Amino acid sequence: MLIKRGGDVQGSDIGGSEITPQAVYLNRRAFMVGTVGAAALALAPRVGLAAAPPAGQPLAAARNAAYALPDALTKFNEATTYNNFYEFGVNKDDPARLAHTLKPRPWSVKVDGLVHKPKTFDIDEILKLAPLEERVYRLRCVEAWSMIIPWIGFPLSALLKRVEPTGAAKFVEFSTLVDPQQFPAQKKSIFNFASLDWPYTEGLRLDEALHPLTLLTLGMYGQVLPNQNGAPLRVVVPWKYGFKSAKSIVRIRLTADEPKTAWNKSAPQEYGFYSNVNPTVDHPRWSQASERRIGEFRRRETLMFNGYADQVASLYAGMDLRKLY
Amino acid sequence: MTRRARVLLKAAVWAACLAPLAGLLYRAATGNLSANPISFITNWLGDWTLRLLLTCLAMTPLRLVSGWSWPVTLRRLLGLFTFFYATLHFSVWLVLDHFFNWREMGADILKRPYITAGMTALTLMIPLAATSTAAAVRKLGGRNWQRLHRLIYVIGVCGVLHYRWLAKKAIPDPYYYIAVLVLLLGIRGWFWTRRAARLAVASPRPSPQRGEGA
Repeated sequence: MLIKRGGDVQGSDIGGSEITPQAVYLNRRAFMVGTVGAAALALAPRVGLAAAPPAGQPLAAARNAAYALPDALTKFNEATTYNNFYEFGVNKDDPARLAHTLKPRPWSVKVDGLVHKPKTFDIDEILKLAPLEERVYRLRCVEAWSMIIPWIGFPLSALLKRVEPTGAAKFVEFSTLVDPQQFPAQKKSIFNFASLDWPYTEGLRLDEALHPLTLLTLGMYGQVLPNQNGAPLRVVVPWKYGFKSAKSIVRIRLTADEPKTAWNKSAPQEYGFYSNVNPTVDHPRWSQASERRIGEFRRRETLMFNGYADQVASLYAGMDLRKLY
Repeated sequence: MTRRARVLLKAAVWAACLAPLAGLLYRAATGNLSANPISFITNWLGDWTLRLLLTCLAMTPLRLVSGWSWPVTLRRLLGLFTFFYATLHFSVWLVLDHFFNWREMGADILKRPYITAGMTALTLMIPLAATSTAAAVRKLGGRNWQRLHRLIYVIGVCGVLHYRWLAKKAIPDPYYYIAVLVLLLGIRGWFWTRRAARLAVASPRPSPQRGEGA
């Protein structure tokens, strides 16, 4: 573990003058290759070049061979500059551009609702809760593009077992941070009249949340999770469309009733509670039969449950997946 | 307006209309088309098709409001550039996105309202582009030509609906385009009603016969 824990250094102990300015940090590669490169990259925001993603602190984890894939990994640069994270803005490059506004530390997560031992966890406590493992998962966006990402985390079940869900708990609700200072698109303005309701909430059935594939995620590509990918912690539910995997979570609540979810509230006929990847059930406005893998030219066929049918199909036995989309 | 000013104006419009394409090529050359280039190119060309379409539709309202006559002389050029960008936008969908998968595209045209609207707009642009020459105006006669070219309003409506129906509800941009279209059609409507009222005063129609009308 390379993450500093405990009381070694507090953020407040560091003088402002000692901190590398964000712009310099983002452009540090250019800094190294010399002034010509630096000048070119300094111009980058104006001509719209994607900012070089900040390489985060390394996060050590054991590779879990059970979750390896033959597919090539999506490039780190692409996985961190092409994101849907509406708290930053509706464009794909908004999250990377504005990521520095999010402060992933200090951070705590309240886990409550229908549990015997409700508790607020500090992020450092969560990092120590279970051994971190690296798993390579497919990520399928509802917009019909996909990536292959090496996540770092541990099964969400490890956290949920700590708080001991009661017999009445049937669902799990995730809430993302609300703070317009850190998430610019949460600021009220006449220009975001169409935006989602904050907080962004998502939900899973308890058995889905306890499924070994459901990963409480703290890192990717051997690093601490970048802000634009949902720092400091998110869930990853690989057999569902990406929007089900809530980011920058501050609260996990166990409930008896199906939680309201952000996209379902925005467009109920388009985004159901389950939102399992399913090539045979079209989005009302486009086909889900194929997808474009980022980095590839031709479309490829979308797999049932995003290729995880063997592990998860039994969760939905007897359900009409056309109705419960 | 002097001949020199007219030439300068046209040259400026040519440059402005080609700038988005140049911008796209520059991004392609510098590897700056995002992680999903096909989607980026499609959206870029679609955005500029709509912007040019609305600019074209703004020329007559601009004349009505300002009293200048020069905006109207730009309609053909702007209309043809709109058609040019719409064709590029469609070609990317056809070649890069679906790679001539006719079955998939045919199903999409029938099943997806946003694609139906987009295809309608593009198809209706073809006769307008084909009759954009002075010779075509003479051949059709001014009145018929004008009637045919009122299709631009249908194209405008289909164009903004195409965008609204494909975008997620949380995306504000399609609503801006709709607002601009409504404003432009509203200005025309306002002037038409006023002109109709003036004509009615100038030459009052004979009052309806007893028993006619309700």
